[in-house]
Amino acid sequence: MKKIKDVAELEGLRQSLHAAHDPQQPVARVCLGPGCLALGAEKVSQAFKSALKKSKANFKVQPLIKTTGCQGLCSQGTLVNLSPADLLYVRVKPEDVPEIVETSLVKGQVLERLLYSENGTKYKSAAEIPFYRAQQKVILKNVGVIDPLDINDAIRCGAYQSLAKALMDLSPAEVIKTVELSGLRGRGGGGFPTAYKWRRAVENARQNPGPVYLIANGEEGDPGAFMDRAIMEGDPHAVIEGMLIGGYALGAHQGFLYVRHEYPIAIHHLSVAVQQARALGLLGKNILGSGFAFDLQLNRGAGAYVCGEETAIIASLEGRVGEPVMRPPYPVEQGLWGRPTVINNVETWANVPHIIRMGAEGYANLGVPPSTGTKIFSLVGKVKNSGLVEVPMGISLGTLVEEIGGGVPGQKGFKAVQTGGPSGGIVPYEFKDVTAEAAEKKTLSVDFDSMAKTGSTMGGGGMIVMDEHDCVVDLARYFLRFLEEESCGKCLPCRLGLKGMLEFLNQFAKGQGTPQDLDALESLGQAVADGSLCGLGKRAPNPVLTSIRYFRDEYLAHIVDHKCPAGVCKDLISFRIDPKICDGCGLCAKHCPEACISGKKKKLFTINEAACIRCGVCRDVCPLDAVRVV
Amino acid sequence: MDGKKISKADIDAIMERYPRHPQYLISLLQDVQAAFNYISPDNLNLVCDYVGVPVTQAWSIATFYKSFSLEPKGEHEIKVCLGTTCHLKGGENLVEACERHLQVERGQTTGDRRFTLETVKCVGACSEAPVIMIDKEYLGQATLLGVKQHLKKL
Amino acid sequence: MSAKKKTDGLIDFTINGQRVQAKEGWSILETARHHHIPIPTLCYHPAVHPWGSCRLCVVEIRENGQSNVTASCLAKPTAGMEVLTQSERVENVRRWVLEMLLAECPASQEIKDLAAGYGVTSTRFAIPDPLEDCLKCGRCVAVCHEVVGVRALTFGSRGVKKKLETPYRIPNNMCIGCGCCVSVCPTGALQARLDTVRGDIARRTGHSFAH
Repeated sequence: MKKIKDVAELEGLRQSLHAAHDPQQPVARVCLGPGCLALGAEKVSQAFKSALKKSKANFKVQPLIKTTGCQGLCSQGTLVNLSPADLLYVRVKPEDVPEIVETSLVKGQVLERLLYSENGTKYKSAAEIPFYRAQQKVILKNVGVIDPLDINDAIRCGAYQSLAKALMDLSPAEVIKTVELSGLRGRGGGGFPTAYKWRRAVENARQNPGPVYLIANGEEGDPGAFMDRAIMEGDPHAVIEGMLIGGYALGAHQGFLYVRHEYPIAIHHLSVAVQQARALGLLGKNILGSGFAFDLQLNRGAGAYVCGEETAIIASLEGRVGEPVMRPPYPVEQGLWGRPTVINNVETWANVPHIIRMGAEGYANLGVPPSTGTKIFSLVGKVKNSGLVEVPMGISLGTLVEEIGGGVPGQKGFKAVQTGGPSGGIVPYEFKDVTAEAAEKKTLSVDFDSMAKTGSTMGGGGMIVMDEHDCVVDLARYFLRFLEEESCGKCLPCRLGLKGMLEFLNQFAKGQGTPQDLDALESLGQAVADGSLCGLGKRAPNPVLTSIRYFRDEYLAHIVDHKCPAGVCKDLISFRIDPKICDGCGLCAKHCPEACISGKKKKLFTINEAACIRCGVCRDVCPLDAVRVV
Repeated sequence: MDGKKISKADIDAIMERYPRHPQYLISLLQDVQAAFNYISPDNLNLVCDYVGVPVTQAWSIATFYKSFSLEPKGEHEIKVCLGTTCHLKGGENLVEACERHLQVERGQTTGDRRFTLETVKCVGACSEAPVIMIDKEYLGQATLLGVKQHLKKL
Repeated sequence: MSAKKKTDGLIDFTINGQRVQAKEGWSILETARHHHIPIPTLCYHPAVHPWGSCRLCVVEIRENGQSNVTASCLAKPTAGMEVLTQSERVENVRRWVLEMLLAECPASQEIKDLAAGYGVTSTRFAIPDPLEDCLKCGRCVAVCHEVVGVRALTFGSRGVKKKLETPYRIPNNMCIGCGCCVSVCPTGALQARLDTVRGDIARRTGHSFAH
């Protein structure tokens, strides 16, 4: 690869790539996003390659098999998108591939059985599917479209054009002004105005001349969240370009990509992208002939959720344990090696090129001020269509869960959503006390401030839908256990307080405790929130406190009635084999670890409830689903 | 790793990838962990001498971060995802079932060093919850029987 | 934070309504101590940098219409700030922390006395180790690193598993036996386990970081 000397050469390259791109060439884009990977997408992509080799067809133009990042509709994976036919095939298995090649690539016909269908309608094109129709892909524009390991594909689709525009047409101050007017707020969950952070860093660097550092926070520790992963794996250049523009605006020449250890593919894709960008001269010295120099270092996290906190990332990069320290001073004043440091979430950085491209006003037209722009969510849990979505802020929760998500299967539907991960909260669908408008619509607007008013947060984008079979006491307990393991242990309110709150919740889950304990737990939660040193501890009580606030009755059912209405908490439920369904196959007894199921073959088996530990193995193995929870 | 003789040349080759500066301590330890499956006392001492940090600092780091282990890991790593969705879909039951089957607690390695059982959050495959990873392979909508079958093949 | 200072470098603010003055660089805790206003501490020690782990010294700061609870050993005052050392939120933090400490370090008389001073005489929490008296305040580690410079002991693991220990959990030959760690320990916990730290000084090399 030859280094690109200036903006004109970059544009020339883009145009020649565009000209060389044949829109009539059949392309099969196989999704290698996290969900599809888990379903064997790699084997599907290999099947395509070998099927093409074996095919005796005479192609006018040889079909191209592309592997891409997440295409979004994870519950229907493996996804394969065919162009120019504009077909989306779902649930593709390696065995389906030879037929796809022959039918669709060779003969240009539609393979009906692999089309997505909903409520009796079959959909050919992805754009028509309700899941995709209500979304607005801005940041994810290239994810699922380009091959993330090929910088030319990214450039053809617009990568680095915003960098060129910033370097040529805007001064650093103008870039910051544009970001400020766009209203961009941190996408990692804090919702902090990005431009404000940038201005503080510039001001501090002016008072204390010396290096300014940039960090991309890719620690994404919230369980159930994979937005940043999808960006890093599917369109790594978006992050690189965002940081380049940020570097130009802030006078920074060194950036760090901090990616959690548990994302080896993201690390690999970013590593390749950085190398390719360097080879083209888009990272390094005198970028595009502008005189501006900038480079990126890739650092891996080491398995610590707390390293999503700004001062802990800095500690980790300096080679120390990820123990947060008091703020102020903030990283923009004294960060990495004491220098002004701007830390932004991966998704936040990926927004920057689009803000330059669309202009501040164009960007601010999306969403609802002061929550402008779009937000990426991982919509998961008890929802029909789960996956990666991007929506304008201000969309109603109802639209998100019911129209995009396809609703909640089951009789009682949507009980609550959990947002913001372990730092967030559990809020019910029916939201009565936020604004008159929301009360009237009986729903919640998904934006930073509306979500914050509920006591939860919008968070980084993990949105977990719960139904009547999910217990809020159990979920609150789950988050506390998660945080107890992730706490750095430095300060007492967090180290001991999480343990203390967990003791209460363990009691409730067993049906023990008193209603006064609920008040005590709320008081302890307040102490932990007030007394903790960093955001992990300060926000740890949120899931517990919001769940008590909105689902107090469910807690009281555990404590006073000794029942778990959702049928989850083991000490409060029993397993019983339904005699009307059981056919006496005996599989349950064979696998029961406590050997507490007995009966007559071909007649009926019963569980000794006193000995049963509710491990769930019998429910798993029963071919007739005869084991009931009572 | 069992059966493989580790020479000083191997560890030297790893260390030489990085400049001698404390900021590379964690990256270096990660390479050592990946190459040898654990961090031995000898290697920890060599690394902290190389980058120039006190051994107390290296010890804190090796014990603070979950990605490092001071004991050799098993030949195969079984990672049960306990992300939120996997938890809601019975991930906890799955971990307990694996604990009973392998006769170890989560975070531990079997006596014959064949299997290490761990929990992770989250692998990002939430639509297939509950998910188990055995080495690099994913088992979506995992059940204990499915896991047992897969382990038998190893 | 830029402090609006008088030309003589003093910062005027109030603690519990009382007017106080801080010299530049003083923390709120140091200012309070100077004015004999009591604020409880456990992990604070004037010989080392404040670590802010025990959180007993928290105070409520009211400024610009906002109210925040923060550690006074680390927070620096700004002019006009209102500091409260006994507000409801502050007392709530202290009482819960002390009650949890009674369960964590049941063997420490110092903690029992401190807790009793705030009306906390019993704990509802489970007691993992009836003989424990180390609260992992960090004073010993700080003094060995910052003042003595030997760096013989440290914290291992994290969260509730965080323990005071030496590398490889064997007595450390780097320890010079100066006793500073013992003298700063608020509960005497280190005195009881000094032999787990102190190795064989005759084997101390001082040539490398590791040995």
